[in-house]
Amino acid sequence: MAARTLINVPKRAKRGKIIAIKTLISHPMENGFRHNNIGVLIPRDIITSFVCTYNGEEIFRATLHPAIAANPFFTFHTVATDSGTIAFRWTGDNGFTTEANADITVE
Amino acid sequence: MSALASRAAMLCALLLLLAADGIVAHAEIPLAEKRSGYADMSPENRAMQDDDTVNPGMLAVLDGEALWGAKTGAAGRSCADCHGDATSSMKGVAARYPAFDAKLGRPVDLEQRINICRSEHQQAQPLAYESKDMLALSSYVGMQSRGAPISPADDPRLKPFLDKGRALFTQRQGQLNLSCSQCHDDNWGKNLAGNVMPQAHPTGYPLYRLEWQSVGSLQRRLRNCMIGVRAEPYSYGAPEYVEMELYLMMRARGMKIETPAVRP
Repeated sequence: MAARTLINVPKRAKRGKIIAIKTLISHPMENGFRHNNIGVLIPRDIITSFVCTYNGEEIFRATLHPAIAANPFFTFHTVATDSGTIAFRWTGDNGFTTEANADITVE
Repeated sequence: MSALASRAAMLCALLLLLAADGIVAHAEIPLAEKRSGYADMSPENRAMQDDDTVNPGMLAVLDGEALWGAKTGAAGRSCADCHGDATSSMKGVAARYPAFDAKLGRPVDLEQRINICRSEHQQAQPLAYESKDMLALSSYVGMQSRGAPISPADDPRLKPFLDKGRALFTQRQGQLNLSCSQCHDDNWGKNLAGNVMPQAHPTGYPLYRLEWQSVGSLQRRLRNCMIGVRAEPYSYGAPEYVEMELYLMMRARGMKIETPAVRP
């Protein structure tokens, strides 16, 4: 089950420059504490982990908890070192996995 | 209490009553003073709406784009098979809905139009209000009008429905006995508890509301307000909502569409 994602990574950057990375993913982040209208507990369904790698090397990792709102958004910075691929991976409850990639040219 | 004091108290109560009744003759907000809820948001929330890679409403728009091209129903036709490229064919469409449907003899909103298209041309099941697919399609169609001024059709057949919408907007309702107009025409800009009361212009629907943690339609927002004044909301798709939507669009004419907007 893959979710829709929105990734914002600059296509080009100067070597050594700090770049901003923004990611958004559609996910309900059901916290597991809510009941439905007939009083039955809605099972927890959240993203538990987010990892970003730059040419295979991990540059950012986050652990997510039930108090995080739906459609989690992450923004963070890194130094543009080499041209290549920045890869994103979200994993969560019920076997949830979604991956996305963005290419960057460093000159 | 002396007779004089009780008479003064009665007079006060009467004056209050008169003042409250005087609201019936409220004036519409002039264009120069019309103000989108966007203007009252924090800089952070405005930034969220302005950047399409940050605005969570764009997730629904992307879903809608996929649905636009997907074949569905017994006819096996997609929206694109009839309407082509939405970026040109749907431009400005959301800015002039609800529109009069000659066959039904009443105005329909964008969601109802999508369902009429589904049943008549795609032979597909109608989509429920607030379902993921309906919000996705209406967000996608709505976004094609982003930046366009709200311009309801100048259609004389709409007049009786518009009048009904205006009457609903100014009619006191619920246990709090408040009309929409008392907050949104007479007291906008003031605080209701910690929140600024907006003018209630439907510029950004369907919009992503942080409180909802999802995209929602104008009808969902209207239901929210009705529950807020402790009135019993109409069910989704009720003609009363369409009449109110029609009046709100007329009231906001000239303002720019922001779909998909973000609101707290």
